Amino acid sequence: MSLEKLPNPQQLMTNVNFKRLPDTPWMETPTVFREGTYSYPAAGKNLRILDLSNPRAWSPLDADWKLPDNWQEIILKGFKERLEKFRSFRLFMDICVRCGACADKCHFFIGSGDPKNMPVLRAELIRSVYRKDFTLLGKMLGRFGGGRELTIDVLKEWFYYFFQCTECRRCSVFCPYGIDTAEVTMIGRELLNLVGLNINWVIEPVANCFRTGNHLGIPPHGLVDMWEFMNDDIKDITGIHIDLPINKKGAEILFVTPSGDYFADPGTYTCMGYMMLFHELGLDYTWSTYASEGGNFGLFTSHEMIKRLNAKIYAEAKRLKVKWILGGECGHMWRVMHQYMETMNGPADFLEEPVSPFTGTKFENSKQTKMVHITEFTSDLIKHNKLKLDPSRNDRYRVTFHDSCNPARAAGLLEEPRYVIRNVCNNFFEMPENTIREQTYCCGGGAGLGNDENMEMRMRGGFPRANALRHVRDKHGVNRLLCMCAIDRATLSTLAEYWTPEVDVGGIHELVANALIMKGEKERTLDLRGEPLREGAEEEE
Amino acid sequence: MNAWFSLVATLILVAILALISYLGAASASLGTLFGVVIPYVAMAIFVVGVIYRIVRWAKVPVPFRIPTTCGQAKSLPWIKADNLESPYNTWGLIGRMALEVLLFRSLFRNTKAELRDGPRVTYGSAKWLWLAGILFHYSFLTIIVRHLRFFIEPVPSFVELLSSVDGFFQILIPTVFLTDVALLAAASYLFLRRVAIPQVRYISLPADYFPLFLILGIGISGLLMRNVWKVDLYSVKQLAMGLFTLHPTVPAGINPVFYVHLFLVSVLLAYFPFSKLMHAGGVFLSPTRNMRNVNRSERWVNPWNYPVKVHTYEEYENEFRAKMKEAGIPVDKE
Repeated sequence: MSLEKLPNPQQLMTNVNFKRLPDTPWMETPTVFREGTYSYPAAGKNLRILDLSNPRAWSPLDADWKLPDNWQEIILKGFKERLEKFRSFRLFMDICVRCGACADKCHFFIGSGDPKNMPVLRAELIRSVYRKDFTLLGKMLGRFGGGRELTIDVLKEWFYYFFQCTECRRCSVFCPYGIDTAEVTMIGRELLNLVGLNINWVIEPVANCFRTGNHLGIPPHGLVDMWEFMNDDIKDITGIHIDLPINKKGAEILFVTPSGDYFADPGTYTCMGYMMLFHELGLDYTWSTYASEGGNFGLFTSHEMIKRLNAKIYAEAKRLKVKWILGGECGHMWRVMHQYMETMNGPADFLEEPVSPFTGTKFENSKQTKMVHITEFTSDLIKHNKLKLDPSRNDRYRVTFHDSCNPARAAGLLEEPRYVIRNVCNNFFEMPENTIREQTYCCGGGAGLGNDENMEMRMRGGFPRANALRHVRDKHGVNRLLCMCAIDRATLSTLAEYWTPEVDVGGIHELVANALIMKGEKERTLDLRGEPLREGAEEEE
Repeated sequence: MNAWFSLVATLILVAILALISYLGAASASLGTLFGVVIPYVAMAIFVVGVIYRIVRWAKVPVPFRIPTTCGQAKSLPWIKADNLESPYNTWGLIGRMALEVLLFRSLFRNTKAELRDGPRVTYGSAKWLWLAGILFHYSFLTIIVRHLRFFIEPVPSFVELLSSVDGFFQILIPTVFLTDVALLAAASYLFLRRVAIPQVRYISLPADYFPLFLILGIGISGLLMRNVWKVDLYSVKQLAMGLFTLHPTVPAGINPVFYVHLFLVSVLLAYFPFSKLMHAGGVFLSPTRNMRNVNRSERWVNPWNYPVKVHTYEEYENEFRAKMKEAGIPVDKE
């Protein structure tokens, strides 16, 4: 579904009313698959590449989803297994008191008014089955005990609503017991995967990444072309030729970033930003075509799939004999690198504790995983005056900053990006406090939901973010939304086009490179987008 | 299940429970059942059940370190880290858990989103739930501590002190305790918001109404026997001491409202381990709260970590070697 097919923003929201609920109790309200609000199923060929179960052609609109005959048994067995493997899951099945504090914290509930998008009810979809099959009172009392049978309709409901959650964890900030819907959704999706219920926008990137090393399925020689193309643009803008180290053994640092940065605007400008920064520093680093993906759509599939895709990061670091790993601007990538990688694929005892070659700073916070975030690296450089910066080159931009869910709520990376932003541009305005930092709102398209067929739901889910963005646009004339996430750079661009025209989207290191005064550069008249650095500059020339 | 049906059916259930104990206690032959047997059984279920549930949770591994960070992590030395919202050491973690358990930190963040024309969404302050929650839990705690006077002789001085502070205003005789009023008010608020807020009513189960009605019943019967029917406290203490010292006796002539009170407490105790009330124990085990955000600086081991099928570099190079060489990318095998 394209944006043009959507009603305008006013019309889109006219039917949303938090207080108007269906006449039927939620257990009896049927799930309706409406075009624009769900994602298309995974193609069989992608499931086969990954040895996932039940590859076939099917559609959520079909009555028959072509499930294995014993699908119920498979799900319940998987359910039981996960209750024994994840304390989080078991606990979150048990302790919710349904106080409702999470209800209006979810962007999908705010944008759709659908009560099953309240985090509490999303979890109840699965909790009700838990009660029926795994608790004493639920077994005895049935419906009165809050339990319900796992029927095909329940399964369809799970598919709809677990692929209508972006695992952003905002609700878990507000829950008095820290119940994290991301955990529930992740397990919910794992269970769905057991019987072959998954979406193509997740599984195809996973299959691509498994084979070619990146979500987009770009083969190594294709990557070289893309990088060289960006390199040519850099040459045009700065007059400087950059040598790109690729799969270079013995480099000090392996650089890993989401492949979204190689592929499409505005991510490519951020990628050019990294290249220029590393060149100017004289950093001894390498790109990798094998570990050419920082992102990890395994996170939106199963814990096992996270590990399968993530394994190549350490494997490549070992093969190339680097000392440590530097990671680019990406959101969910940092959930994986920060909270899963070392546990899954470590210990990385063949690497060294990261030290900045320019400032001597030891990145103590990364001494175990040996992986540093690019804004930690860059803010440290700026703090130690290692970069020559001219922030006035970004004076055309009045910027605000969107905290991506995972760096904010899974890693606590809040100040580093802000420090960099303040040093590379002069006009920085924060969005309202309920919408940034740990309370930041999702772009509406995370966790694999950023596909075009799901456009209506994306625009609804992105509404709270867009609302805050519109506020600073109107109040401060903000015209650039900064973010450090490849999914954001793609999804927020569409979101801004729909809700807040006049605002464009970009990464932080794009602005770093705009401001970066490089040795031997020609007088800069263009920014990384090839647009005049200063308004009216073209006419003056 | 229909929201109103859940509510009414649960209310009737609690009323029946109260009635059973009221009628049962009136019959002399059942005094031992309601005064001794049921309280003992309930207490046993409570203790064994709560321990079982907590041990059950504790036996399930925590495979990954997944704190929800609500503040700046410890990173570079010149960036101020927030040890309470993103703990980097044990003190920070104790602080975070203390704030959560003692002051309901997360609930204090609560806001209320409202849709306006535009369309716009605004966020208002919403601290009532937090306030009612705090009042409810602390009143309950105070009341439980005050009840120690029935079980211990001589009455410990801190119990006396607490009781005199709680009855400071000396309204009516016997004094109405502030916490009795607060508990009833807070529980009533929690009930009313459950009914009045459409979304909350929509998600409410009988399991949400049942403990509220039980607690309201316990509070009301307690208030009635202290301030209206004035139960003979000497006999009550005799019974309580008997239970506590394992030499149970059932003094004759205690007002049946006492047995209603005791029975509802017994039901609450016995129900506790099977219910959402276990959040009291669960909050301590919640992995998003009770783990430090030291993910990249300290190792975390998953006890069930297992090998998975990966696509090795060798397989990758085998597929693309010719193209890689053509593009000038170094390869491992020529």
